[in-house]
Amino acid sequence: MPKVLLDWFYVAVFAVVGTLMAVLPLVVVWLLAPRADLPQKTITYESGVIPFGQAWAQFNVRYYLFALVFVVFDVEVIYLYPWAVVFRQLGTFAFAEMLLFLLVLLVGLAYAWRKGALEWV
Amino acid sequence: MPWLIELLKAIGLAVVIFTFLAVVAAMLGVYLERKISGWIQARLGPKHIGPQGLLQTVADTVKLLQKEHITPRHADALIFNVAPVIVAVAALLDWVVIPFGKLGDRVLVVRDINIGVLYFAAMASVTVVGIIAGGWSSNNKYALLGGLRSASQMISYEIPLALGILWAAMVAGTLSTVGIVDAQVRQGSWFMFKLPSPIGWFGLPFGILASLTFLTAATAEVNRVPFDLPEAESELVAGYFAEYTGMRFALFQLGEYGEMFGMAAVATIMFFGGWTEPHLQPYMWLLVTLGCLVVAAVILTTGLRQTLLVRPILMLAGLGLLLSLVMFFGTRAGLSQVLPSLMWFLAKMFALVFFLMWMRWTYPRLRLDQLLTLSWKVLLPLGLLNLLATGFVLTVWGR
Amino acid sequence: MGELAAFMILSLVTLIPAVVVVTSSNIVRAALSLVPTFLGVTGLYVMLQAEFVAGIQVLIYAGAITVLILFVIMLTEGGTGVRTRQLNDQVPLGAMAAVWLAFVLIVIFTRTGWPTAAGVLPAYNVVAVGNAFLSDYVLIFEVTSVVLLVSLVGAIVIARRED
Repeated sequence: MPKVLLDWFYVAVFAVVGTLMAVLPLVVVWLLAPRADLPQKTITYESGVIPFGQAWAQFNVRYYLFALVFVVFDVEVIYLYPWAVVFRQLGTFAFAEMLLFLLVLLVGLAYAWRKGALEWV
Repeated sequence: MPWLIELLKAIGLAVVIFTFLAVVAAMLGVYLERKISGWIQARLGPKHIGPQGLLQTVADTVKLLQKEHITPRHADALIFNVAPVIVAVAALLDWVVIPFGKLGDRVLVVRDINIGVLYFAAMASVTVVGIIAGGWSSNNKYALLGGLRSASQMISYEIPLALGILWAAMVAGTLSTVGIVDAQVRQGSWFMFKLPSPIGWFGLPFGILASLTFLTAATAEVNRVPFDLPEAESELVAGYFAEYTGMRFALFQLGEYGEMFGMAAVATIMFFGGWTEPHLQPYMWLLVTLGCLVVAAVILTTGLRQTLLVRPILMLAGLGLLLSLVMFFGTRAGLSQVLPSLMWFLAKMFALVFFLMWMRWTYPRLRLDQLLTLSWKVLLPLGLLNLLATGFVLTVWGR
Repeated sequence: MGELAAFMILSLVTLIPAVVVVTSSNIVRAALSLVPTFLGVTGLYVMLQAEFVAGIQVLIYAGAITVLILFVIMLTEGGTGVRTRQLNDQVPLGAMAAVWLAFVLIVIFTRTGWPTAAGVLPAYNVVAVGNAFLSDYVLIFEVTSVVLLVSLVGAIVIARRED
């Protein structure tokens, strides 16, 4: 089996075995722990008061903006990975290309900064 | 059948690594956290259960195993149950690429995946989904808010984390963890201190900046103080795991501590040479011996004898003395590898974990907007600049 | 034989959650079912020995895009777990379009001559990808940065307009 497939086969086995071993203590609890189904125990915890209102947060666009900027920069980072590995063999030209790429994205970061997309309050 | 042998090997290694995580990261890690936080706060940590309180977390685990699993009403039961398992398994999967040492010619790693550190960063991102799922499925406003804020924090710090990883990958020229350590062996020095050949010690500022970026981002990724607002005990009532009882809560903690140890392990691999021995001249080891003797003498003779930390400091000084004496005689005798590589790896990893725990009790908690400002406006530009500057230096002066 | 078994398992892991995504009336469950779908696709990439693509699939899709989708859902009414109606008046029209599309796709698949000889894959993907986009495909690479910039600016403009 090629090395790549074997590597990821191990990862898959780890995931399965890990899930089983993580579920194991939960099974032990299911066997050992007492179960007293009182209605008061399942009330949502809200610092001791009876909870009111729906359990969803008011829409606030800042969560979305952070996730969005994150996605764009994550895509940039995945371009940086192969560049980091090969750029020394390819000389100055490769460095200049990446510099240009990063400058364009830094313009994007500056825009996001100025427009307040990176503010929390 | 060769694939059956591989399957059995994989299952065996998975069990071993999971047990290692559960015992070392979760149990020993929590014990160390409580002891070290105790010493920093001028009190003793756990000391009654077992010698020096070592069995404290075992007792805690046994207790948690008997706690009832309460599922809040109107909670989405399937997702509520799956979320802690996602976090724990993501932390376990991190450890597939981490090399523990070198026995002769064999590197002690589960699998040296070609895209090693990229895989590590990917597993760190999967944890976020588990946290959001846990926070939402509890049907609890606090848990949801805590989960969303925790997710915002974690995704904000993934970019500086990746930039730290990229720096090391750039200097080493490979994404594989074993390859990064081998590059440091070829170079003869650790990436934190020196860059490859003609640059040498001029690489020190880049190394320090990169390792600090990575360690800061790593602390934020595992939701530790000073970045633990989303799970602040005094504010959001433990945030996204407010509704989790008993062993499910323990699984979240296993995931968090396992990931913290994983981050420390990757940091030692990338910046501190992984399993390699520090190659110091014999006289430098003698200086270290002298230093330990001085520390011990100071503690024992001056007024510091009265402090609470006498025994831990003496113990550390004694260990340092022993280590440096062994290293001194070993390097004098010309041995290439005086102490086993596994020991060096674990020592460096635990030193970094100690550093992370020390930070916890030294800095106040950052507010969420300060934390996000730090990530997007400070660490991201600095990380990119560091990357570009190192790239420039390597292209122009490197080989 | 083992390869077929692995392919079947990965396809099931990809397709069953995908069906859940499309048909579930609980939006959050649908969004969370995307994660096994993406992981199944990662497995398929690994079977093709495209490691780097598999890694970035997990990093971007399961890590970033899922989080983005979940954020948007949880902050709107869908986050309360309210059940949405899955069927409306356009079901017959939609069904006809879907059947026609399936028919066209099946005809195309059966009529194409798929090459069965695989090309030679470079041993270390990341180096090959890096060499490719830094020398042969530079223009596309630079244009990608502009595409990312445009998407960032556009989304910020749209999101901020609602303030």
